[in-house]
Amino acid sequence: MSEGDSASGAFGAAIERDEDVPLLTGEGIYTDDVSLPGTTHLAIKRSGIPHGRILNVDTSEAEAMDGVIAVYTGEDVEESGVPNTIPTAWDLPGLVQPQYRMLAVDAVRHEGDAVAAVVAETAHQARDALEGVRVEYEELEAYADPVEAVEKDVSPVHEEAEDNVAFDFELGDAAAVTEAFAAADRVATVDLRQPRLIPNAMEPRAALADFNDTTGKLRLWMTSQNPHLHRMLLSAGTLGLPENKIQVIAPEVGGGFGSKIYHYPDEAVTSWCSMQLGRPVRWRATREEGYLTDCHGRDHVTTAEIAVDDDGTVRGVRVETHAGLGAHLSQFGTATPSYLYATIMSGQYAIPAIHCRVIGAFTTTTPVDAYRGAGRTEGIYVIERLMDVAARELGLDPVEFRRRNQIDPDEFPFETAAALVYDSGDYESTMDVALEHIGYDDLRERQAALREEGRYLGIGVANFVESAGLSPSGLAGQLGAAAGGWESSIVRFDSTGTLRVLVGTADQGQGHRTTFAQIAADELGVSMDDIEVVEGDTDRIPQGMGTYGSRSASVGGGAIARAARAVREKAREIAAHQLEASPDDLEFEDGEFRVAGAPDRSLHVQTIAHEAYLGHDLPEDVDPGLEETNFYDPENFTYPFGTHVAVVEVDPQTGDVEIRQYVGVDDCGEIINPLIVEGQVHGGIAQGIGAALFEAAAYDEEAHLQTRRMDEYAVPHATMLPDYGTETTVTPSPHNPLGVKGVGESATIAAAPTVVSAVVDALEPLGVDHLDMPITPASVWQATRGEH
Amino acid sequence: MDENAVTISLTVNGTEHELDVEPRTVLLGALRDLGYTGANVGCDTGRCGACTVRVDDVTIKSCLRFAVQADGAAIETVEGLAEDGELSTLQEQFQEHHGLQCGYCTPGMLMSADTYLRDAEDPSRAEIRDALEGNLCRCTGYHNIVDAVESTAEELARGEQR
Repeated sequence: MSEGDSASGAFGAAIERDEDVPLLTGEGIYTDDVSLPGTTHLAIKRSGIPHGRILNVDTSEAEAMDGVIAVYTGEDVEESGVPNTIPTAWDLPGLVQPQYRMLAVDAVRHEGDAVAAVVAETAHQARDALEGVRVEYEELEAYADPVEAVEKDVSPVHEEAEDNVAFDFELGDAAAVTEAFAAADRVATVDLRQPRLIPNAMEPRAALADFNDTTGKLRLWMTSQNPHLHRMLLSAGTLGLPENKIQVIAPEVGGGFGSKIYHYPDEAVTSWCSMQLGRPVRWRATREEGYLTDCHGRDHVTTAEIAVDDDGTVRGVRVETHAGLGAHLSQFGTATPSYLYATIMSGQYAIPAIHCRVIGAFTTTTPVDAYRGAGRTEGIYVIERLMDVAARELGLDPVEFRRRNQIDPDEFPFETAAALVYDSGDYESTMDVALEHIGYDDLRERQAALREEGRYLGIGVANFVESAGLSPSGLAGQLGAAAGGWESSIVRFDSTGTLRVLVGTADQGQGHRTTFAQIAADELGVSMDDIEVVEGDTDRIPQGMGTYGSRSASVGGGAIARAARAVREKAREIAAHQLEASPDDLEFEDGEFRVAGAPDRSLHVQTIAHEAYLGHDLPEDVDPGLEETNFYDPENFTYPFGTHVAVVEVDPQTGDVEIRQYVGVDDCGEIINPLIVEGQVHGGIAQGIGAALFEAAAYDEEAHLQTRRMDEYAVPHATMLPDYGTETTVTPSPHNPLGVKGVGESATIAAAPTVVSAVVDALEPLGVDHLDMPITPASVWQATRGEH
Repeated sequence: MDENAVTISLTVNGTEHELDVEPRTVLLGALRDLGYTGANVGCDTGRCGACTVRVDDVTIKSCLRFAVQADGAAIETVEGLAEDGELSTLQEQFQEHHGLQCGYCTPGMLMSADTYLRDAEDPSRAEIRDALEGNLCRCTGYHNIVDAVESTAEELARGEQR
């Protein structure tokens, strides 16, 4: 845990959340709750067809409709002279990067592409006027399948990529893999698809833009996981306003799961309209618009092979994936299926040779980008499916097979054949906690007994490791990132001793205001009641990177801890001066600096804060004030890990899958707040089970999205999910200032392979060795009749 | 506002409001325009339950009812659950059990659970899940919500015995 000699006991305590009361009473302010006088309303005309050339856009009818203030087309945006380019934030070798504009000009490339913007006095009027925007298209071939997109002769999404290949990425040593496969006793193969998922944050994306003509400043409230990144992309990419003339405010944000990381056209269009009109402009996505435009996740088609020896040793893994990117390159749409996917392919195992090829394909569909667990979820799914398939090929218990290949605790730091250096882990022990919790050996006996009765119980075990908190910045830059991996915090005492923690992360339900206050309370011995955590406003927090990739506790928390420690050291100097002692002779406990051996001579850090702002009696070389800024750039990712186990019963007659028991054991390093860690694990499991059994964004043959409403896309209800058993183990990250690893995505990564493994295990007697997600009653029914 | 505007009255958490609405304005929109922004827009199709309120003692999804249909009705929203700044038992239990994360579904979830608990006696976890089926939550995975409702039921039963 934290170094040094302070402890107020806040770190590690299951403290109820500070943020709950306003959210429980309806007082929480989300973007769509903010109101400004004179606000106008924006509605966006979507293409409605998946692929076509724009021949003509006629806005005259719409312009004449009641309450309509203005109707803008892609040409209007172009002519305004703004840069109008939604940037990619991660370059790859040979990457094709067509321009992605705020409003389409030449062609539409998926049903959600924005073609025109209507601003009216009321939301109803704006929406009504969409009917009055007439667009003529020459329709082109449309396709949703990433393999079809690159292998068939189709009219390409972008002229710049005639074969629809945005990138062809390779990681690992192909020659070593060939050698390993040739030398191995056996090779097992699995062909699998990971369907598109829609993140489904409960709050739709929304924006309220207020451009002030006089000051030239834009205030933009928006549903953002990373307001500073949005400020930068809006400035440099689309609007061309100086960065210091943009204020992005993310108030309460109702869930994100990745979908609110990105710079979409809509929030920029909202801002641009406000710049044209000099009036506030509000936009909120309908749920259908969200399904058509919020970046989807996954969309992988994969062939994976594993080479094993008869003694159960894995010798190599080879993976080839077609990753659907959708119609445009979203910011991390390139990084997610490449560096965030291929690099995790070693899982928890010591695998000497790995090679992974990923073909990133444009399709005439909604763009795909990071969704909870991004890349790591897809990669762990592949390796865990391979481990199951290989275990069955070898006739070994899947747990025993995994055990033989897990990296041992004394092998860390462990460099994998997929280019990562895992920081720390105790994989086998954590797996044993999970097996013990669920009673694995007894379950296997029970399974055998039930099989005698013609019942199909399945036990699924999946191990995961996750690269969390993308860093360091220098390495990310070498690999193509257009942003850093640091986080920034200012820890500031007020003159009366209250404390503010400003940090560049941005909460969407994770409980930062509580956990970050716990960190500061622990470092400085200040009561939680005296601490305010400030996030989500680029004019209040100067710099930041935001919240994604399980980074907030480890990177944001690391910046807070380091800033707080610097504050403590300055306070120590002042205390030593006023107590007439040497700084080295001061002990610090519960906020109090005490002279060693003379405990009655002491000063509290909050008193020193007051002295620091008075400035009357400071050491000669110490400036007034008590605040410090820290930019924390981690030296490596952190690597949370764990084992999840599911017990299911499958009815082959109906195809029904019932989850009888679910246990997740997670190791996220040091735990700041166990209540919140448990909550993150629960939610992650729910999304993983959703993916395994219920959810998929379906397109028809002509790339029309079929799942357009919440009654067509199966976001799980309370009755569809089980209770969860959870436990934690603690293996600190050796390089993180707090020993923290992060937990935001872990359980999502774990849950999908766990549940799939359990269902396939249940159906082993019927010869089923793999089922694609989502495993529906129909797919079980077909598989058990040999039709899979 | 178009010329078809209709004047209606709504009593929200005991306060009477008179307002002009378009016939097509849904109750959710009218409530939010009045400043009751606790109920949220989630799906526009009656599926997610983030807009759940009580109208004359019955929980409804306020995105599926026109404001004019509620003319003269007594409406209760999440803003009315706490009394004199004191959280209700249900609200307290949601906090204690970490039954909310982003909070967007919470106002609707609370209204459904609050109504359910008026009549539920010693509900099982499965019954609680059934009762909340009309309210989606994407953050919590429901486990802690079920905990919160279950322990509220226990608290309320204890309170009645006293």
